[in-house]
Amino acid sequence: MKKAIQLDMADNVATMTLDVIKGEEVEVLSPQGKVILRTKPVENIIFGHKISLKNIKTRENIIKYGEILGVASQPIKLGEWVHTHNLESGRLPTSKLEENA
Amino acid sequence: MTDFYGYLRPDGSVGVRNHLLVIAPIDCSYEPAKQVASRVEGAVAVTQFHGCRADPMLVNTLIGTGLNPNVAGILLYGLGCEVLTNDILMEGLKDSGKPIASIVIQEDGGTIKSMEKGVRVLQKMAQEVGALKRESFPLSELTLAVECGGSDATSGLAANPAVGVAADKIIEAGGKVIFTEPQEMIGTQHILARRSVNDQVAKDIYKMIEHQEARLSAMGQDSRYMSKGNIDGGLTTIEEKSLGAIRKGGTKPVQGVLWNTFDRFDKPDKPGLWLQDGTGWDVPSVTHMVAAGAQVVCFTSGRGSTTGHAIAPVIKVTGNPQTYRNLEDNMDINAGTILDGSESLHQVGEKIYNEVLNVASGKKTKAEALGFHDYVVFGRSMATEKLLGHC
Repeated sequence: MKKAIQLDMADNVATMTLDVIKGEEVEVLSPQGKVILRTKPVENIIFGHKISLKNIKTRENIIKYGEILGVASQPIKLGEWVHTHNLESGRLPTSKLEENA
Repeated sequence: MTDFYGYLRPDGSVGVRNHLLVIAPIDCSYEPAKQVASRVEGAVAVTQFHGCRADPMLVNTLIGTGLNPNVAGILLYGLGCEVLTNDILMEGLKDSGKPIASIVIQEDGGTIKSMEKGVRVLQKMAQEVGALKRESFPLSELTLAVECGGSDATSGLAANPAVGVAADKIIEAGGKVIFTEPQEMIGTQHILARRSVNDQVAKDIYKMIEHQEARLSAMGQDSRYMSKGNIDGGLTTIEEKSLGAIRKGGTKPVQGVLWNTFDRFDKPDKPGLWLQDGTGWDVPSVTHMVAAGAQVVCFTSGRGSTTGHAIAPVIKVTGNPQTYRNLEDNMDINAGTILDGSESLHQVGEKIYNEVLNVASGKKTKAEALGFHDYVVFGRSMATEKLLGHC
């Protein structure tokens, strides 16, 4: 089964270790290697990208490495892809970041 | 396992290797210095390529390298007319109690005669060093440097967090850990500052990163932004990118910033995690942390960096399983097992910790076994630093 890694127990997102397609089952592993969740992504998510581990409200913090990456710019459902369309830096607006990239 | 086997030096520090260091204070004497070193077992020659000047940053790095406990004996091998003389280096090295010899080509009869003298001096040192025995020491005598280079999407996901687990364990056992690359800390100042042991350290962290941003800005770069490649690879915010980099240092409180300026060159003076005001350029970055006293280096690389170091073992860790297969001659640890779930992050962290102790006790890294002696002195432009108001 395809895996996603949660880097800290406090994280509400995990990172995909392979490309996964919508509806395919994904196993989420904790830093200690325990399966903490089995879920089906609601959309395709590619390697290195993040999957939501719970339902997240708008302006709620997104946590990875046990630290705040930024805030949700819209509601995010469990199993959703988390990236520039729904996560905004607390330090620099994502839109500006994309313009520059 | 919380002990390692090292060599006690006269100044009380503990080395994990017994290198004989030939220092050419100027590149003019580097060719004969290299030839001398190549003729004696365990000897390695280093120099700096910043020109004929006695810039304190260059002097401090060369002296710091000589003072590193992995060095058992030193030969200063100068030309004779350089600004940075053997005497300047001798002044900074003499209190170490290590055997130190000085040769000046212009005073010792040219290259062939001075080389003969140099080989004889080193031969004698090599014989004496060979009699030294490893003894057991606690991790309070060990400083680990952590570095990343040639990063890819697996670096922040597997290799860096796994090295971070090892770094935390070293600190829990009483050791010191250093990491640098201030430009990779941009966007995480507030996180590092929150982890500082006091307000002064927090202020120093902000200052160090501001200085680095000012240098980049002066070159027309805005480092707060990420590349398209970063975003395509799955990194969404600058915080996320930098967290992936700083995680190689683990999660412990930050004891302080090790300043590296024209006035001072700091070394860690108590156990725990330290940030160094250094560079993101791999070989000088490692050289600079080794000059601050690190005896062992853990270096993560997704794409597959092959560098070692002149006097410190460099343990290469990759989180990319394909890189491990392609560069198995260069990669010491495969953290790519985290990706398929065959090992957990914590298991790989434990494996890296054990490898640090084994390497500290004498096991050769792949780069060492291949004889790689990378060494580049890191310098800054005094003019730029003055114009930016940093000194």
